[in-house]
Amino acid sequence: MNVEQLKSRFKGHYDFMVAEKFLDEQFSQLQQLQDESTPDFAFEVVSLFFEDCQKIFHDLDRALEQPMVDFKTVDNNVHTLKGSSSSIGAARVTHVCIAFRSFCDEHNLEGCLRSMQELKRETALVKNQFEILFKLEQQLLAAGGSITLPVKPSPQSNDHPWFM
Amino acid sequence: MGMAKETQFHVLAVDDSLIDRKLIERLLKTSSYQVTTVDSGSKALEFLGLIEEDHRNPSSNSPSVSSDHHQVVEVNLIITDYCMPGMTGYDLLKKIKESSSLKDIPVVIMSSENVPSRINRCLEEGAEEFFLKPVQLSDVNRLKPHLLRGKSIEKQPEPKPQQQQQQLHLQQQTQQPNNKRKAMEEALSPERQRPRYSGLTVI
Repeated sequence: MNVEQLKSRFKGHYDFMVAEKFLDEQFSQLQQLQDESTPDFAFEVVSLFFEDCQKIFHDLDRALEQPMVDFKTVDNNVHTLKGSSSSIGAARVTHVCIAFRSFCDEHNLEGCLRSMQELKRETALVKNQFEILFKLEQQLLAAGGSITLPVKPSPQSNDHPWFM
Repeated sequence: MGMAKETQFHVLAVDDSLIDRKLIERLLKTSSYQVTTVDSGSKALEFLGLIEEDHRNPSSNSPSVSSDHHQVVEVNLIITDYCMPGMTGYDLLKKIKESSSLKDIPVVIMSSENVPSRINRCLEEGAEEFFLKPVQLSDVNRLKPHLLRGKSIEKQPEPKPQQQQQQLHLQQQTQQPNNKRKAMEEALSPERQRPRYSGLTVI
C-alpha cells in the first residue's frame, strides 16, 4: 500500500472515531504536541490513560462492593478518570463519567453500578479504536508519511452537552 | 546560563495527574518554556523554598531549603491544578500570595470544572488566569503577557497595592469571557471561537 492509501486509511479511521464521538478535538492537540523529540507523545499519554483506568476500575469495583458504599471515594475516582479521559479526548468515556458523578451525588447505587458497567464497556471500545488508529499511524510513518489531523470545528464537537 | 535565563521563562507546573503533568509539560515546552513539574502543592512550595511549619519534620530544625534562600531556581510563573488531594490549587495560590518573597510570581489556575464562584475566588485571591481543562495551545499563548509583567515587577520597586488591585479588577472584567470560554462558546459568543481550530490542515 502506498503512502496516500495509508494516509487515507488513517484519516478514515480517525474521522470515524470523531463521528462516533470516541474522540473529540482534544486528541488532535496531543498529536500537535508531537515533534522529533517526542514522536510518540500521543501514544504514551493514551497508554498512560489505559493504565490509570485499570487501577481506577479496580479501586472503583472495590468501593462499590462495600456494604456501605462511600460515594465520596467513588466520586473522587470518577473525577480523576473524567479529567484524564478529557485530556486525551476520549469523549464518550468523559460523558459516562459525568453521568456517573451525578449518581454519586444522589447516592444512587444502582445508577453507579450501571455507570460502572458502561464505563468499562466504553473504555474497552475506545481502547480497541485507539489500537487500530495507532497501528495505522505506525504503518503510515513506516511508509514515510506524516500526520496532521484534519480537524475542523465539526458541528457535533461544539454542542457536546457534557462540555460545560 | 545567563543567556538561557534571558530568553527562556521558567514555569512551575503543579498537577496531581500524571497525564495532565505530561500534557502541560509538552504544551509549555512546545512554547519554548523551561518547565518543572511537581505533583502536589506542598512539593511546589518546597521547590520554591517555602517550607510550611506543619510540614517540617519536628526532629529536624533546619529545613532543606530555608525561606531566606527562596527560589534557588528562578520561577517566572506557576500554573497549578485546582483540585488536588491535600493542598488544593487555591490553597497553594493563597500561600504564594501571602509570602513576601513569592507573591510577585504570577499564578494561573487550571480546573476541569467550570464553576464561576471558584473562578472568581481564585481571581480575587490574585490568580492571573483561570484555564479550563484540558489546557490547549491557545491557552498557553495567553501566558506571555503575565510572564512579561512578572519580569518587569521584579525589576521595579514595590508596585502600589492600589494599582495592582485596579489592574486585577480590570483583568477580571476583560478576561471573563475567556475564562469561561467553553460555556461562552456554547451559549453566547460565536465570534469568540478558539483559534485552535484554525491552524490544522490536511497535508
